[in-house]
Amino acid sequence: MAEDRIIALKDIVVDYDGERVLDGLCLDIRDKEFMTFLGPSGCGKTTTLRVIGGFAEPKSGQVFFDGRDITRLPPYKRQLNTVFQKYALFPHLNVFENVAFALRLRKVEDREVKRRALEMLELVGLKGFERRNIATLSGGQQQRVAIARALVNQPRVLLLDEPLGALDLKLRKEMQIELKRIQQSLEITFVYVTHDQEEALTMSDTVVVMKGGAIQQIGTPQDIYNEPKNAFVADFIGASNIIDGIMLKDFLVEFAGQEFVCVDKGFAAREIVQVVVRPEDIQIVPAIQGQLTGLVENVIFKGVHYEMHVRQAGYEWIIHSTQAAQVGELIGMCIGPDEIHIMKREQEG
Amino acid sequence: MKSKLGASPYLVWMVAFVAVPLAIVVYFAFTTKDGAFTLENIMGLGAYTTVFARGILQAMLATAICLVVAFPIGFFLSRMAPAHQKMMQMLIMLPMWMNFLLRTYAWMTLLERNGLINRFLGLFGIGPLQMINTGGAVVLGMVYNYLPFMILPLYTIMVKIDPSVIEAAQDLGCNVFHVLGKVLVPLAMPGITTGITMVFVPSISTFIISRMLGGGANLLPGDLIELQFLGNSYNYNLGSAMALVLMVIVLLCMSFTTADTEEMEAMV
Repeated sequence: MAEDRIIALKDIVVDYDGERVLDGLCLDIRDKEFMTFLGPSGCGKTTTLRVIGGFAEPKSGQVFFDGRDITRLPPYKRQLNTVFQKYALFPHLNVFENVAFALRLRKVEDREVKRRALEMLELVGLKGFERRNIATLSGGQQQRVAIARALVNQPRVLLLDEPLGALDLKLRKEMQIELKRIQQSLEITFVYVTHDQEEALTMSDTVVVMKGGAIQQIGTPQDIYNEPKNAFVADFIGASNIIDGIMLKDFLVEFAGQEFVCVDKGFAAREIVQVVVRPEDIQIVPAIQGQLTGLVENVIFKGVHYEMHVRQAGYEWIIHSTQAAQVGELIGMCIGPDEIHIMKREQEG
Repeated sequence: MKSKLGASPYLVWMVAFVAVPLAIVVYFAFTTKDGAFTLENIMGLGAYTTVFARGILQAMLATAICLVVAFPIGFFLSRMAPAHQKMMQMLIMLPMWMNFLLRTYAWMTLLERNGLINRFLGLFGIGPLQMINTGGAVVLGMVYNYLPFMILPLYTIMVKIDPSVIEAAQDLGCNVFHVLGKVLVPLAMPGITTGITMVFVPSISTFIISRMLGGGANLLPGDLIELQFLGNSYNYNLGSAMALVLMVIVLLCMSFTTADTEEMEAMV
């Protein structure tokens, strides 16, 4: 076990209304890292966060904080704070008093309260908003207040439950960068929950992909993106072409009726595998030069690139490219060895 | 112009049923039987100070008990599954469908010297206790009859409190008592003031409860007023003066509870 871990979850089981939400979850969170739980709704990511925060009690299993068992500790005794999905600001207090709430509770001296609350408001860029009623703030500003309020206690871990979900795209992108900056400047651990794969990849040091109450894969954003462990991760992390193939021998795989050189090895001879090819990794070439040839079925302009659906021998390939082909055109497709990712075939379903 | 016209039925209503009766009360309060102006009715009320004081005290006590009992009920009601909330709301309203007198009679038979409660206590060799015809019985009657009027406004306001606000308070270091004092009570304040008004006002002006449960010794201002109009004393000038003073007392009592309600309502 790593020395610098701050939170450890051991065999966490949570049932909700007779349904298993978390099924024996084990996880280590390192100190000062930005960890993100990523998954579709109902995958157990928010429940995991609530178990860490003390708002959901596990049926079995343990939660350790700094090596100490905190499984039965109520939320108010835990050295961590939470930014809630819908901000959950106190409507009867103004901006300053919302941020100062935790300090006032601990009977911190007035001058100190003022200094630290103002410092937090400055950190989140809300200097001068102290006297404002929170009902008069925009969604983004309310979220900043919620962050300042949660940070004022100087927690060692900040839990964030889809904090940017209610914001529009542009604001969300700004806040992503802002959150990362705050995390790095304060040098504390962030545990973040989102269903947005791009958000997870942008901010995290470590991404935990979850499905059905279990962890699918843990790794850096690069690992998760480039080396997905299974079809679910590959699909969830971004639109992908996932097709069945046969590993002929090390570094040689057959799929879509063609043999391809790849960089994977260590599979049994003629083992059936799943092949992942990212849409942006397929090169469009003239039909005669392609390893595969296909018919362009439609072309959608996406801003940065075009998305094309190409039919080839019963498969539908998704291709992202800055150059557009014509609908009905026959094109060639090339896939380099580095762009082919081989996964063990899923046992289930 | 048009908007004023639209309000006219309301104005007529208000004048006919609020302003005119009020004026009549004021007129009688300051006149003798022959119609001459006098302050005697008002000045003479000093003799009834104990009754008024008892009325205020018992009404305040009943209101306070209602608040303490209704707050947790309202809270747990607001946190139930919506289907259960409807059911519980109905159960709370149910006793109010029964006649007020009947309900109070029921308490008489319970509290009597040979009543159910004393007989039950007698099995354990306790009592019989003097429960009927005490101030306590009157307060009990008020609490029992007016409790729903406290629960419902509290419930209505608490339903609007986001559960994550309570979690946020816990997250920031609040134990149960801090959550209550720093978050729940301030956020429920509009419901609290409404509930206080809706319990205190009928409690202080009630007359039947004190008659039935309090016996002759525990008269309330309401009883005095009734006596002046329907009873043997028959003096509607004095009765009007009493009604007027009671109204002023209620207004005074309410003025400080409702002082900043509007501001609070705007926030929730």
